[in-house]
Amino acid sequence: MTAIALTLKKPIFRIEKAPQPILILSWIIVLTVIGWALFPSLFTDYSPYAGDPAASFASPSLEHWFGTDRLGRDLFARTVYGSRTTLTATLLAVLIAFGLGAVVGLAAGFSGGIVDTAIMRVVDVFLAIPSLLLAMVVVSVLGYSTNNIALAVGISAIAAFARVMRAQVLTVVNQDYVKAAYGLGVGRLGVMLRHVVPNSLSSVIALAALEIGTGVLAVASLGFLGYGAPPPQPEWGLLVAEGRDYVAVHPWASILPGLALAIVVIATHRISTSFRKEHRR
Amino acid sequence: MIRYVALKVGRAVFVVWAAFTVTFVLLFVLPANPVDLLFDPTELNSIPPEVRAQVAENYGFNKPVLLQYADRLGHALIGDFGNSVQSGRPVIAAILDVLPSTLILASAALVLATLIAFAIALVATATRRPWLRNLVEALPSGAVSVPVFLSGILILQVFSFQLGWFPSFGDNGVQSLILPLITLAVPVAGPIAQLLVRSFATEFGAGYVTTSWAKGATRGRIIVHDVFRNAGLPALTIAGVTFGNLIAGSVITETVFARRGLGRMTQTAINTLDVPLVAGIVVLVAVTFALINLTVDLIYPVLDPRLRASLTAGVS
Amino acid sequence: MSEPLLSIKDLSIDYRTGRSHTPAVERTSLNIEPGEFVSLVGESGSGKTTLIHGALGLLPAEARIRSGSIAYSDVDVTGWNDRKMALIRGNYVGFIPQDPNTSLNPVKKIGPQVIEAVRLNHPKSRNFLEAALESLRTAGLADAGRVFHQYPHELSGGMKQRALIAIALAGQPKIIVADEPTSALDVTVQKRILDHLVSLRERLGIGILLVTHDLGVALERSDRILVMQHGVIVEQGPVEEILRDAKSEYTRRLLAAAPSRHAGRLLPTSRVRVTEPEAQAEVLTADGLTKTYRLRGRARLTALGNAGLTVRQGTTHAIVGESGAGKSTLASILAGFTTADAGTVRLGDTELTGLRRGQLREIRRDLQFVFQNPFTSLDPRFTVRRLIAEPLTAFGLPAGDRVSELLAAVALDDSYLDRLPGQLSGGQRQRVAIARALALNPRILVLDEAVSALDVSVQAQILQLLVDLQAELGLSYVFVTHDLGVVRLIADDVTVMKDGAVLETGPVADVFADPRHEYTRQLLDAIPGARVARV
Repeated sequence: MTAIALTLKKPIFRIEKAPQPILILSWIIVLTVIGWALFPSLFTDYSPYAGDPAASFASPSLEHWFGTDRLGRDLFARTVYGSRTTLTATLLAVLIAFGLGAVVGLAAGFSGGIVDTAIMRVVDVFLAIPSLLLAMVVVSVLGYSTNNIALAVGISAIAAFARVMRAQVLTVVNQDYVKAAYGLGVGRLGVMLRHVVPNSLSSVIALAALEIGTGVLAVASLGFLGYGAPPPQPEWGLLVAEGRDYVAVHPWASILPGLALAIVVIATHRISTSFRKEHRR
Repeated sequence: MIRYVALKVGRAVFVVWAAFTVTFVLLFVLPANPVDLLFDPTELNSIPPEVRAQVAENYGFNKPVLLQYADRLGHALIGDFGNSVQSGRPVIAAILDVLPSTLILASAALVLATLIAFAIALVATATRRPWLRNLVEALPSGAVSVPVFLSGILILQVFSFQLGWFPSFGDNGVQSLILPLITLAVPVAGPIAQLLVRSFATEFGAGYVTTSWAKGATRGRIIVHDVFRNAGLPALTIAGVTFGNLIAGSVITETVFARRGLGRMTQTAINTLDVPLVAGIVVLVAVTFALINLTVDLIYPVLDPRLRASLTAGVS
Repeated sequence: MSEPLLSIKDLSIDYRTGRSHTPAVERTSLNIEPGEFVSLVGESGSGKTTLIHGALGLLPAEARIRSGSIAYSDVDVTGWNDRKMALIRGNYVGFIPQDPNTSLNPVKKIGPQVIEAVRLNHPKSRNFLEAALESLRTAGLADAGRVFHQYPHELSGGMKQRALIAIALAGQPKIIVADEPTSALDVTVQKRILDHLVSLRERLGIGILLVTHDLGVALERSDRILVMQHGVIVEQGPVEEILRDAKSEYTRRLLAAAPSRHAGRLLPTSRVRVTEPEAQAEVLTADGLTKTYRLRGRARLTALGNAGLTVRQGTTHAIVGESGAGKSTLASILAGFTTADAGTVRLGDTELTGLRRGQLREIRRDLQFVFQNPFTSLDPRFTVRRLIAEPLTAFGLPAGDRVSELLAAVALDDSYLDRLPGQLSGGQRQRVAIARALALNPRILVLDEAVSALDVSVQAQILQLLVDLQAELGLSYVFVTHDLGVVRLIADDVTVMKDGAVLETGPVADVFADPRHEYTRQLLDAIPGARVARV
């Protein structure tokens, strides 16, 4: 009995957070890229489509930050405009996964019993097919387009969200404060909406933040494999794929857009871990 | 104990069956006209209707859906997934052709990834220097953030084109294995390392570690004798995720390095809408996944005496 | 005269918090002489654990020794690194940790864990195996040979603690530091472990430093006591001296709060308007309650076998027992959280068994529950206002002024209304939990170990509050506890339980004066400080 008392003693000394330059930098990067997606023309004067064939494969310079591609199009402009395609698809994918996953997980965890078992066995099946493979199959059935990529990536991530949500709901449902609410005469729906959902969501939101990074990767990977927007539309994965054929001679054409992508994903990861740490406190 | 094994085996069989069903629904039921998927999209319009009807007849698309399902399930049970549309060869034979090359790549990458992950976790736990710990702890999240196609291209650029140490593509010998191996191992190592760093830190703060300090044990001894086994066990729980990463990673790695293998075949099969081949690959992957999880479920009690006790208690 | 085994001089320890430093231990000195049993007493947050961790070199990375020195037999070890401290730990100073359930490596058998302690400290020893078995026997594990081949999870809490004592003894230390070694254990087990520690001191002539929150334990066992508060030692001296004439105000308060120091039941404070109970009718009766849980496979666990009790109006009925006695299951059935397999519960004239959910909800207005742990029983996202209003809104009642009124009833003012549970202390949280339980004007409160998670001084305040509320509102309590000392303070009737069965029941005075059951006698005997209380 007293063991509980001892382990739950409040930590007397709380370590205050020192200012974290990397976290701040991560926010700046992510906000900049959101700016790219919303108002691309503010960030570059070049068109993502019109190129100057005479200036094909120009090296990175003050004029063309990322250089130009085979058709002399400015790669920085294509990266900036490409962010819209990639980020919209990612956002859509995360919303699908988050929305459906949270509902399914809540239903499973809160109902318990046979409903829970049935839902979780189905979730198991979707976890058994690696998400990239599942997304590839879904895209092949739906047809190649960025929207379908978003749908496919979203569907392939539902199971993971459902599992996290269910685990969290199960933890919360067994907390004393939920039992206490029942004891005070609060009904089942009231307990679910006022106690279970708010207290379960935080960790799923942390997962959603993480999934944005993972989602960008998945969307870009499918784009790289050629299942996304058809050329000449700019999309990050596609940009890397287009440059790849010339990588031996003009490496920057695929590496710079790829690096931009990697930096954004690293930044979102950093931000999502800061969410998780705050949540744990 | 027998009950536990039966339950786990039953679950594995269910997962495989359900994966087969999901694939069937996705590939044979959902498309409005599955016959169209069997032809090259660009030639679709030039194909005379009688040829289509003939093909539909051959593939059984004119039979009721349930009958098709029963037929395909029955054949799948004896390992017959039909013939590949592109090559005309049996799906199983086509898969078996390329499987060894992917198996070598994937298992080597898994070993390397596990070594990297444990090395990161050990350094992060063992070091007394905060800057080193912070640096090492940041590595896994970097590893999962860099897309495989980029790291592949970077590695290719540096070690093959610039330095010329390794061939840029192909699949002959160990020489051509090194670069794809590294490319694949890094993203696979990321999640394992993240998990291990966390569980090493948790276990290093556990009560029994304090007991060991009080016994007079040194830091290295505590990490090796006490922490390692307790903290290493959880890595098994993400075996399924790791497998998924290996599959996804090999699709892209094999594409970047133009290697023969299951991953590249999957990509080609999807590009050419080779439906029987795709179905065969998905089911094969699900079978492997189920086997891996089953193995983990059966091994875990052997390694953790607490779980073993709760299982044997159920029988007596 | 030999030098002290452990000598700490002017030790100050800080915790780094961001860029600032928070002191945890402030200019503290202590000495332990050979063969001496010294207790270090303090409530949570007093810095007692930090102090001994400092002495053993086990401080976490964010802690720092600011000044002072630590010496073992005149060897100054201040500032020694882990490698050097490893030479001292084990073979000079042994350590018994707080929670036996987490302090043994779960994947290793007991034997190797003890052998390791021998091998590390006496590498030249001839026979590790024999030495390990010997220290298991010295630690009071008669069946050392069997324990040697068992995993920690196969042992009871008391046996695990003995195994840890064996590990501490294996290095043949001159001094043993024990950090709350019995607070995770049942009272009867606690008594046996403490008895054993005392006998070790006599048999081996070693010094013992016992860290505890329980003044009763300290008074009963030690030669000398140190009382610590806010990182400073506020009192030290031999036991008799402290009992006779405590110098610090804080020690006097602790002495006053210790349940064992009170002879009879607490009286309502004078400001309370006492509502005289009418005829002491039976408000709650339970009869023949049985509950069996199915474990994995075919095994079954009888949590409750044919248990019952009767609660009279306006009185407190205590249910006492050690872990596994079934007392919490009983309370949970009374409150309607768990359904019994058999038996009846009657609330006044209403039969509770077999009620549907809607009807049960109406009953809740009359019978409320207070949980053991105020850190988990309040939703961390709710403000105090929302927490207290929750039962009112659930029944469609207006909240408004009633919330302030309830808060005042548990002696908190309106400034707490908009705080979150995370901003309250343990005692304040439990007050809030009591306030919301009172919101619907219930007749009965079921309190499940409601004061066990709190420090003694806070515990005393909450008990007083409960007594006052009972006098004012005519409440009846079902009070579940493992602590017989608390029973004497608050209860009128008591039911003693063991292994899911009721052993005896009756008025507190009768049961305490003349226990009919041998187990009740053991429990009474094990109350820490029972002997000194009558000094």
